[in-house]
Amino acid sequence: MANDHVSWRIKKGEVHALLGENGAGKSTITSILFGLLQADSGEILVDGKSVLIHNPNDANALGIGMVHQHFKLVPSYTVTENIILGLEPKTAWGHINYQRARSKIQEISHQFGLAVDPDARIANINVGMQQRVEILKTLYRDARIIVLDEPTAVLTPQEIDDLMQIILRLKAQGRTIIFISHKLKEIKTCADQVTVLRRGKIVGSADVSDCTEAQLAEMMVGHAVEFVTQKDAPTIGNVVLRLENISVKSMRGSIAVKDLSLSVHAGEVLGIAGVDGNGQSELALALSGVVKPVKGKIYLDEVDVTSFGVRKRVEMGLGLTPEDRETQAVISNFNLAENYVLKTFYRNPYSSVLGFLNKKKISDDAQVQLENFDVRSANGWRSSISELSGGNRQKVVVAREMTIASKLLVVCQPTRGLDVGSIEYIHRQIIAQRNAGKAVLLISFELDEILNLCDRIATISHGSIVGIIDAKDATRQQVGQMMTASHKETVVG
Amino acid sequence: MNMKKVNSSKLVQFVDFSIKNEFIMSVYVILLGFFLSTVLLYLVGLKPSVMYNTIVQTITGYDFSKYRFNARYIGTWLTNSMPLILTGLSFNIALRSGFFNIGAEGQFIIGLTFAQYFAFLLPPVMGVTGIVAVIIGALFAAGWGAIVGWLRGRYQTSEVVLTIMFNYIAFYFSRWFSQKYLPGANSYRADNFPQEALLANSWFQSITNGSLLNNGLFLVIVSLIVYHIIMEKTKWGFSLRASGFSPLAAKFAGIAPVRSAVVAMAGAGFFAGLAGGIVYLGSFTFANVIRAQDQYGFTGIAVGLVSGGSAIGTLLSGLFFGLLNAAAPLMQSRGIPREIATMISAFVVIFIALSTGIKLRLGQWVIKAKNKEKEMD
Amino acid sequence: MSMTFIQTFLPLALTISAPIILASMGGLISEKSGIVNIGLEGLMGFGAFTAATTHVLLESSLGNELSITIALILAMIVATILSIIHAFATITFKSNQIISGTGINLLAAGLTVFFAQLIFNQEHTKPFQIGMKGYTMFHIYPSALIALIVILLTWYILNKRVFGLRLKACGESPQAASGAGIPVSKMQYIGVLLGGSLAGLAGASMVLTQSIQYSGNFINGTGFIALAAINFGRWRVGGVTMASLLFGSAMTIAHMIGSSSATYIPREFFLALPYIITVLSLVFFDYIKMRRIGSI
Repeated sequence: MANDHVSWRIKKGEVHALLGENGAGKSTITSILFGLLQADSGEILVDGKSVLIHNPNDANALGIGMVHQHFKLVPSYTVTENIILGLEPKTAWGHINYQRARSKIQEISHQFGLAVDPDARIANINVGMQQRVEILKTLYRDARIIVLDEPTAVLTPQEIDDLMQIILRLKAQGRTIIFISHKLKEIKTCADQVTVLRRGKIVGSADVSDCTEAQLAEMMVGHAVEFVTQKDAPTIGNVVLRLENISVKSMRGSIAVKDLSLSVHAGEVLGIAGVDGNGQSELALALSGVVKPVKGKIYLDEVDVTSFGVRKRVEMGLGLTPEDRETQAVISNFNLAENYVLKTFYRNPYSSVLGFLNKKKISDDAQVQLENFDVRSANGWRSSISELSGGNRQKVVVAREMTIASKLLVVCQPTRGLDVGSIEYIHRQIIAQRNAGKAVLLISFELDEILNLCDRIATISHGSIVGIIDAKDATRQQVGQMMTASHKETVVG
Repeated sequence: MNMKKVNSSKLVQFVDFSIKNEFIMSVYVILLGFFLSTVLLYLVGLKPSVMYNTIVQTITGYDFSKYRFNARYIGTWLTNSMPLILTGLSFNIALRSGFFNIGAEGQFIIGLTFAQYFAFLLPPVMGVTGIVAVIIGALFAAGWGAIVGWLRGRYQTSEVVLTIMFNYIAFYFSRWFSQKYLPGANSYRADNFPQEALLANSWFQSITNGSLLNNGLFLVIVSLIVYHIIMEKTKWGFSLRASGFSPLAAKFAGIAPVRSAVVAMAGAGFFAGLAGGIVYLGSFTFANVIRAQDQYGFTGIAVGLVSGGSAIGTLLSGLFFGLLNAAAPLMQSRGIPREIATMISAFVVIFIALSTGIKLRLGQWVIKAKNKEKEMD
Repeated sequence: MSMTFIQTFLPLALTISAPIILASMGGLISEKSGIVNIGLEGLMGFGAFTAATTHVLLESSLGNELSITIALILAMIVATILSIIHAFATITFKSNQIISGTGINLLAAGLTVFFAQLIFNQEHTKPFQIGMKGYTMFHIYPSALIALIVILLTWYILNKRVFGLRLKACGESPQAASGAGIPVSKMQYIGVLLGGSLAGLAGASMVLTQSIQYSGNFINGTGFIALAAINFGRWRVGGVTMASLLFGSAMTIAHMIGSSSATYIPREFFLALPYIITVLSLVFFDYIKMRRIGSI
């Protein structure tokens, strides 16, 4: 359940923040507000009146405007064209009155201090201005209630400061702002009220001025640690993985990982904690070999593997479970055995010199590992992987990667979307690998998982490591706070 | 109440099974194609029974109107099926690797052009020259396909647009090349082939009462076997299929995307080129300067779509469309326009296009129906 | 360059380019809405067949002008109806656009000659007396004028009208469009049908200015040249027009050269030129795109 009996009150003219971790249910509730999703039960009241919001047009008519986390802009259109799309002013002849559009936009822009260039194309302007265009879209439609969904996730520190000012100006002009975020500092700066959502339920609501950042962090992540995996003290060996000042570009061309340095030793689990979108995905891509870093070096057992592709790293004993299981880790139409050998099918013993697959060896080995890793399936190795539950699919991936990882195992969001039993099982397997002397790097958004499994914990923010602590010294609140820090000096681990 | 529940359950099961079974969907599509054609024939005042009789005659060789058996019809059927099976393989190997090969027409042309050229160039050895010339032609066609594969892999350029362009480039190239380099060439034909370069098989000719069935048949059979072995039993087939199902996961697993694209499109080109050589060295005694695109490539798309991707499926599908092609002239002589064959192919392709949507809708219906049944329990 | 060359070349180039322009404008509108229609070739065939049939049946009773006008209108209607198949398959049923377009092409190849057989008892339409010939001003056919009007209209609608702004958004960023409350599917239907009608018009003008009848392979790749022009013109009205004129000119030169033994550059080269240029431009622009992202 994404939202569980959520009752929420927002006062007119206030800046109300909605705080919660990944998956807490924040996007769901705002999508309902904007008409992109329909609630299963309950009602929405605007100005005391019960309303039905079936689509964005209804929301607009009620004066609700939304600035989405992933902008809904047409890249080749100008700022003006994007703002007026759907509500275009017309001339007497019936064609678009760009003059009137521009002057209205300039008027609003001036009134709220939202500097934009009306003739610039979206593809050419920076993210900060793109966001201002999104805000102008709502103001152009006379929105009284403006929802901002994780607005600072993609902004630079300077742009964040600008946005804070914009929000205060909007408030001064009588608008109501709903501000969804996990950034405590920003909430402290501009919000009046904060409501905290955890695992789909409202945890509490408070005046921002009455809370410290520490208190907010505690409300967000809670006290309960739901499972503890038993582990002995680690036996730390040599450095197996060394990242030296690596920078990696994102799909969009911006630098997502910035001058990151890190070492992982044999026999330890090093965790990288952080909220999604701070460079973890790109870091994983660079570690696996799918993407080359634009700067810096990667050493595996002191061998420079920076230019090695995926297969060479597999041969060197690097196993990696990707964060998006369905699109990156498995081939849904393949069976379990085929998925098991996905990274190793091309060489001995699974392929002969002539290129013929040794199907017997493949299915035998797969069957053994499927049993070892407790994969439940209807037809054994013959089952199509799409028939399995999420937990069992992940176990197949884990079985594959742990068999490959003779030196280094990287696990990304290993238990995302899984049931409790599978989570426990996979956690035990990770500890087992660590106890067997392998180096394990865990990248996760789940704080519980990090605290549970790791010997050392690093936090990543805006592409760099901002802190490293020993797990035995770490408290929940401390790590939570580190995770939500805006930016600090880069730390080398 | 129990009776009703059992019936609805059976219907739901039947629909559920149908939409998940590729073979049954193909059969439905073909039946629908025939159904539409039958309706069309009725609407314009023609007799569909003539169409069906002709088809049966082509398969069995038995002429119902004259109570005579003529093996030539069967031979013609097989001869027409050969290039279609190959262009079907061409489409399939690309499709299973995740690519749309619309370029079989052009690859066919490159294959035939160089097969003809080498038919004259190679030393004449009975029974061998023809086959070697066809294979060399197919290799050139493989190269033609590989260029597209490389551009697609390296620059992400759409292989659909590229192959359409390459079809026409190949066509004009072939006209120019053939007129310039084939002995005795004018604007529509060149010299007779040396006897040894022909694919004609006198034994086939005798048992099929003079049809054009030729040695190309062996190449087709070998191609089917090779396709099956490569796709199902080798590491290259494994790589191609992985990339076809899930390019991103394949990339994460270390399967090189550029290499996959090149291999897949080269394979596609090879099969289509083989078809070209077989048609032009097998059905003609003289070299041709082509004047139009033959449509084997485009029909091959229909063959591939109906086949479901397997070797045996391609064989059956190719035989089916070959049957339509072979029966068409006979239908024409009996008053049914020969184009009905092309139209059945067209209906089939359109229904296959619609089938993704139909499967989705029916799938949703099945889920709803199953939920309803659960509730009733 | 002699005067006679220009005198023969220019009007001929306009005649050959006009159908390309019409078809590419239609394809452009469709692609702008987000649906690629490789069935343009087939739709042109339907248009040409309808126009040829209508005109040959009506020219004696209704006179040339009226007969041609009706032929053009009917061609557009028929092509629009057939493009509904493509729209329905790709928009409502979310089918693969390439497969659907291929189906349309195959259907045209079969259906047109099928009906020619039924109506005229031969595999082509009966030749008509005079096509658009009777109306040449300075040796330019009305089709060129129609093409010009269509270019201007297309440009105006796509760039100046609300409909155009919304249509292009549907193709480029459907989530932005639906977020703005625009009915994306409905817009796409309009885009595909408009495209179909223009393709029909293109085929009709082609048969009425370049031939006396419609036969099986009449369109002979012109629909695909229109697709190439859309790509090479980088999906802008001005660019696509220029590309269509360029490709039309290449085909004209080829036509004028005659058999390949006569000149130094073979005529096949000019016939293949539009396709070669398109391939080079496609790869070039994709290369630039990749460099910008930093993948190369």
